[in-house]
Amino acid sequence: MPRPSPTNSSRRRFLIGAGALAATATIPNALFAYTGGSSRLVVVILRGALDGLAAVPPYGDPDYAGLHRELAIAAPGRPDGALALNNTFGLHPSLSFLHERFAAGELVVFDAVASPYRDRSHFDGQNVLENGLAKPIGTADGWLNRALAALPRGGGRGGDRAVAISQNVPLILRGEAAVISKSPQATPDVDEDLLARLADLYSKDDWFSARLSDAVQTEKMADGAADVGGMGKQSAGAAYPNRVAAVARMASELMRSDGGPEIAAIEASGWDTHANQGGAKGILATRLAGLDQGLKSLADGLGPLWPQTAVLVVTEFGRTAAVNGTRGTDHGTGGCAFLVGGAVRGGQVIADWPSLRRTALLDNRDLKPTLDLRSVFKAVLDEHMHVAAKSIAKRVFPDSSGARPLQGLIRA
Amino acid sequence: MQAEIAVLRFGLGAKPGDLTAASAEPRAWLLSQIKGPVPLAVNSLLAPSDQIFAGLMQARDERQKMKQVSATESPDAKVAFNAIREAYQPHYRAQVLARAQSAALTTRPFAERLVHFWSNHFAVSADKGVVYGLAGSLENEAIRPHVAGRFVDLLTAVEQHPAMIAFLDNQYSVGADSTAARFASRFASRSNSDDTGKPKRQFGINENLAREILELHTLGVNGGYNQADVTSFAQIITGWSIGGGKGRLAGGVPGRFYFRDNLHEPGPKAFLGKTYTEQGQRQGEAVLADLARRPETANFIATKLVRHFIADDPPPAAVDRVARAFLKSGGDLPQVYAALIESPESWDVNARKFKTPEDFVFSTLRALNVSPAQPEEVIRSFDLLGQRQYTPGSPAGWPDTSKSWDGSDALMHRVLWASRVGAKYESGVEPADLAAASLGGYARPETLSALRRAATSGQAVALLLMSPEFQRR
Repeated sequence: MPRPSPTNSSRRRFLIGAGALAATATIPNALFAYTGGSSRLVVVILRGALDGLAAVPPYGDPDYAGLHRELAIAAPGRPDGALALNNTFGLHPSLSFLHERFAAGELVVFDAVASPYRDRSHFDGQNVLENGLAKPIGTADGWLNRALAALPRGGGRGGDRAVAISQNVPLILRGEAAVISKSPQATPDVDEDLLARLADLYSKDDWFSARLSDAVQTEKMADGAADVGGMGKQSAGAAYPNRVAAVARMASELMRSDGGPEIAAIEASGWDTHANQGGAKGILATRLAGLDQGLKSLADGLGPLWPQTAVLVVTEFGRTAAVNGTRGTDHGTGGCAFLVGGAVRGGQVIADWPSLRRTALLDNRDLKPTLDLRSVFKAVLDEHMHVAAKSIAKRVFPDSSGARPLQGLIRA
Repeated sequence: MQAEIAVLRFGLGAKPGDLTAASAEPRAWLLSQIKGPVPLAVNSLLAPSDQIFAGLMQARDERQKMKQVSATESPDAKVAFNAIREAYQPHYRAQVLARAQSAALTTRPFAERLVHFWSNHFAVSADKGVVYGLAGSLENEAIRPHVAGRFVDLLTAVEQHPAMIAFLDNQYSVGADSTAARFASRFASRSNSDDTGKPKRQFGINENLAREILELHTLGVNGGYNQADVTSFAQIITGWSIGGGKGRLAGGVPGRFYFRDNLHEPGPKAFLGKTYTEQGQRQGEAVLADLARRPETANFIATKLVRHFIADDPPPAAVDRVARAFLKSGGDLPQVYAALIESPESWDVNARKFKTPEDFVFSTLRALNVSPAQPEEVIRSFDLLGQRQYTPGSPAGWPDTSKSWDGSDALMHRVLWASRVGAKYESGVEPADLAAASLGGYARPETLSALRRAATSGQAVALLLMSPEFQRR
């Protein structure tokens, strides 16, 4: 597997050092596309609580079919059956790209995993997932922002190092470290004279002037990125019927642009399937297919950066092991998570499986979590982003001593 | 600056003349608005929710017939989607237009903001198909009549509105010992599937509505309930459903709240340490009445009101004062609002809130003294600014703190929108007058100077709308 080499970034430094900056306007942007240096991380937050027992069907568990009934995914080989991972677990049939990545050794599947949160509120659950603490309140910043502040210095890279692919920044990326935001919705060029006058008007207001200058820089970056991708600015986003794919594509374009961010956060909603969830086909199957396409768009878009990329896909909690009265599932606890990318040491399912026996369920209803999601987050920050272990333990996840980082998730 | 605070922060922004009208007695100007129901300020002839819902049922029936006629040709999901669009879209568009017109024209902007506050507190999301045409109905039918009434009446009207029942999936929540479930099990064969090979449906509850009533509408997430309370409350409100339908779901007026006795889990039930006797629909209403009286509810509602009207980090003294008024008055909302207005924290000139896209659009309409004529105008604006009306996506509603709206990309979208508005309303507006009428004492000298130096009057409008003082309320 090719590892990032330092040559590209030193070449870029040389060009800038030689006073060639003015020449960039005439050199095609692709020559400058930043491809080397450090690792790339994308975090995909699935809001609404994905049913892990549908996304990663434990078809080998003898209680699975009886509990999940019409929502259960059949064993591999059966009609509409799961895509096999091993003798116990498969992937939902909508997740064909992820299954390919598993075969290619680029996907780790985690099961029976959860954040430290044990109640069943979406909103508190998402707070815990994003603030990195053991409880929903206690800090106004997100763990990914704290990690950003603790990242090793980038090699001569300027600008903000993380982007939220939305108009606004979600909690996971909020905090002291500067972060840009960019939604896939195109903003046709705003009159430059108006922008200049606004910059002047904001000169005494730090809050507004910081945002305006970030916005102007991000627009420039997106313009350059659209040129690299061969797409006109106006059409960016519009070319993707699936929202997750559009968002993923925007992330990849920004990350590939010159001086672009190393870290991106993406959100996808619609996972709160209380009624008519469906099985191999239906509402959830359609959502999962959209997610799968989105991840493929991300991989395609990142292109040469994919080998140095890890993508974390997480949700606030799992759902009930049994079907509810409306052919859906209610809020649960243990669920699944994915880590996919060229930098990932994949082909593994990591699950200390508690089984779905009635007596093994949490509160007689939910899959019992046996792995703290922060053990995964810590491993990615350590092995992939090279954040110092001390910063991870003290600063990024301050009350997490029980959650030891996993090892061997990233290729050496 | 008291008139400015009353009109800009408590209201929806200043129309020409508003600041003058409020300046004599800003508190009285606010208090006078919170008496009686708060109907839309425009006469829009919106269809009632039962009619809208019946339209959807009819479109679905027609779709079923079409399917039978041409089983091979009809792409199922697409037709279902089209049925929703066809039946619901005109209503959604009319509701969104009426809402914006009402915000632009109302002479009771504080009461109108309270309508929006409660609509967001009791959020449903129009991006769920069955809710699309009904979200505005919930606001107009369940919230507007009770905004200046008692909290328990507001709460009950909302939880029994078809939009809320459908959004949180309660219409098919079935008690395991209900008549319907017992009837079905008596005729069930041993097999686990029916003759088409599909697994048989299991009768049981759906706890979605019960959980969100507790977590989001009354007690708040730390309100002292546990999973057993959620399950029990879900059983208590089994049968709270929508009229119309066939077979097991026959009965009631289509599109109106209907209590289905045959789905209701019979018997007394324990909830939060109290036993509620069996009285059908009234068992759930008794729980709502008790929830509306609890100190946790008072505190939760007070916190949200103070966050909305005063500051992202609600000052505890103001929360206390409002919560006490809530408890003391038994949830009489005008007394709750009066306590908010009487809180000294409300009149702190520095406690300014960053506007949401909704605040920004409505205050712009008022500042320019215009009202939208076409739904597209409103819909496109909110698409661009990232707050499509009635689609918070989650039952928690839109976030109410600046951090959720202050991204750099969001700011760029506001600039773009402001420049389009400026171009559209370029003629006939004197920027300095506009600044005085819409911002009063909040207009900064540098903004006034930028307006004077603007290249065109359209650019001046854009600069005014994007000035820091206009972006805050």
